[in-house]
Amino acid sequence: MEAFTTHTGRAVPLRRSNVDTDQIIPAHWLKKVTRDGFEDGLFEAWRKDSEFILNRPERQGASVLVAGPDFGTGSSREHAVWALQNYGFQTVISARFADIFRGNSLKNGLLTVVLPQETVDALWELTEADPTAEITVDLEQRKVLAAGIDADFELDENARWRLLNGLDDISLTLQNEADIAAYEAARPAHKPRTITV
Amino acid sequence: MGRTLAEKVWDDHVVRRAEGEPDLLFIDLHLLHEVTSPQAFDGLRQNGRQVRRLDLTIATEDHNTPTLDIDKPIADPVSRAQLETLRKNCAEFGVRLHPLGDVEQGVVHVVGPQLGLTQPGTTVVCGDSHTSTHGAFGALAFGIGTSQVEHVLATQTLPLARPRTMAITIDGELPEDVTAKDLILAIITKIGTGGGQGYILEYRGSAIEKLSMESRMTICNMSIEAGARAGMIAPDETTFAYLKGRAHAPEGEDWDAAVAYWKTLKSDEDAVFDAEVVIDAASLAPFVTWGTNPGQGAPLSANVPDPASYEDASERLAAEKALEYMGLTAGQPLRDIKVDTVFVGSCTNGRIEDLRNAAALLEGRKVADGVRMLVVPGSVRVALQAVEEGLDKVFKESGAEWRHAGCSMCLGMNPDQLAPGERSASTSNRNFEGRQGKGGRTHLVSPQVAAATAVLGHLASPADLSDVATTAGV
Repeated sequence: MEAFTTHTGRAVPLRRSNVDTDQIIPAHWLKKVTRDGFEDGLFEAWRKDSEFILNRPERQGASVLVAGPDFGTGSSREHAVWALQNYGFQTVISARFADIFRGNSLKNGLLTVVLPQETVDALWELTEADPTAEITVDLEQRKVLAAGIDADFELDENARWRLLNGLDDISLTLQNEADIAAYEAARPAHKPRTITV
Repeated sequence: MGRTLAEKVWDDHVVRRAEGEPDLLFIDLHLLHEVTSPQAFDGLRQNGRQVRRLDLTIATEDHNTPTLDIDKPIADPVSRAQLETLRKNCAEFGVRLHPLGDVEQGVVHVVGPQLGLTQPGTTVVCGDSHTSTHGAFGALAFGIGTSQVEHVLATQTLPLARPRTMAITIDGELPEDVTAKDLILAIITKIGTGGGQGYILEYRGSAIEKLSMESRMTICNMSIEAGARAGMIAPDETTFAYLKGRAHAPEGEDWDAAVAYWKTLKSDEDAVFDAEVVIDAASLAPFVTWGTNPGQGAPLSANVPDPASYEDASERLAAEKALEYMGLTAGQPLRDIKVDTVFVGSCTNGRIEDLRNAAALLEGRKVADGVRMLVVPGSVRVALQAVEEGLDKVFKESGAEWRHAGCSMCLGMNPDQLAPGERSASTSNRNFEGRQGKGGRTHLVSPQVAAATAVLGHLASPADLSDVATTAGV
């Protein structure tokens, strides 16, 4: 996983709530068997409208998505995270994220930042008034900084440590091999098995 | 202090607990399908890792599989390639697979329970958000992303922060024609699509205790639509009776030991939930969605709401956009909404009880002119059972299409899709924009409402069929 320390970039204001994973990446894109090449599928249906915010010339190259509440609801498809990253987003800001989407983001180094809706409103107003305005998301200080905005955000210390260092979860878990083996040895015999080995 | 059901199952699976770290949880059952696993197997290969516990892993094919001509090569080359990738991965790593054409193939969340693999007090994961279905057995079951699929394949564990718990208590009697689907749609509308976020839900109360296992699965299935990764129901005699004798249920002494353990799996009297919701079963009615998220629902007897009636600005905007997308007008009676397609199936409502309920209403009646009705059993076993009971004939004689098992039109990854602008009454779980096909419009309903809607051509409840003559002599 790529480490995330701090990122500064222009923003895309997405004034919609309940942006579900079917909007982020429609199901027909899920037939791909790779982790890349999803950028053209991002918000595919909405991008057919030339006025959609992502299509605006002033939003090209933006890397911070500022969205309405309940972003990423719906399916567990990690393709939603890959699509955002493949397109060029480094971080998503919202008042509330769906649990599975948030977990998937953190596994891939896409930083999801939870801020109060008032701060999201302020960021929307800022970037709508001036599309060149930059937003900084600083994970070391747990701060979002922009003109007139200095907002703290929370992220649990363990998740922050893994992101800052770009650590691979599987390697970390395998350091606890002895614990896993001990647990396995003590499991009751009545637990289900899919095959006899 | 006492513990909740969720806390008991959680505690029983902690492999490692350390200050400042997420708990490392052991996973009892890992279900795989073709869509969310290829990149995970690639990750194993790149790192030279194996599947740690093949005996706790099982795969099937469901999302991409066609529901017609299953004996012919799959027409869509991309779908075919994805299924072939799963077959290749399962062969290479040694994972048990039930492919298209196998008698145990079907929607992954129908297959696990019917094999008896889903058991009380187990942890169940799958790269699919509707894994919450398995919580109906008192299992802690939740959907995971592909990185976590790889993590479970490699380690049989997951590092997870302990969620909070929410009790949803439903006491009383459900009125006639009110089903588990109506109940869960009403719950989601009440608490919202984010209401369960960060919680494990526990459905309890006398109305829940009276439900069959299949109805309980319908409820737990849609926990994710309320934002909760998992929903659970305490196991009881109904659960044990469902499991007894199934292929992977314990036998002999193991059965006795299992039941003794399962009986401990209920929230203690003095357990404290972080949140509580109470619903009176008797107040419920057949329920449908009018919008583009599962929290935008109303009783069938209501009218399409006026977005201006929402105080919250973001809800108002969401309602405006939903009505625009759905082609509906505020104040329009929901019963007046005409549909083009009716879909009965999915991990929400594709089990035998659902097919029986739909068939009972269709018997001796005809699907309305101009309406296409698809009936897609949740698994091959469900299909075989339905054929044994003659339900396939009922569907076909009424004018419905009887298809092969799979996810089908729930998400339209196979050819079963809505055309742009087409409207469906669907027993599936998501009414998102374009979910059932680009530009398609979805109303979520119970199997009973689906059947009544198919006959009348507009959203309708079983009671509305009383004026429609049947030829079945009932």
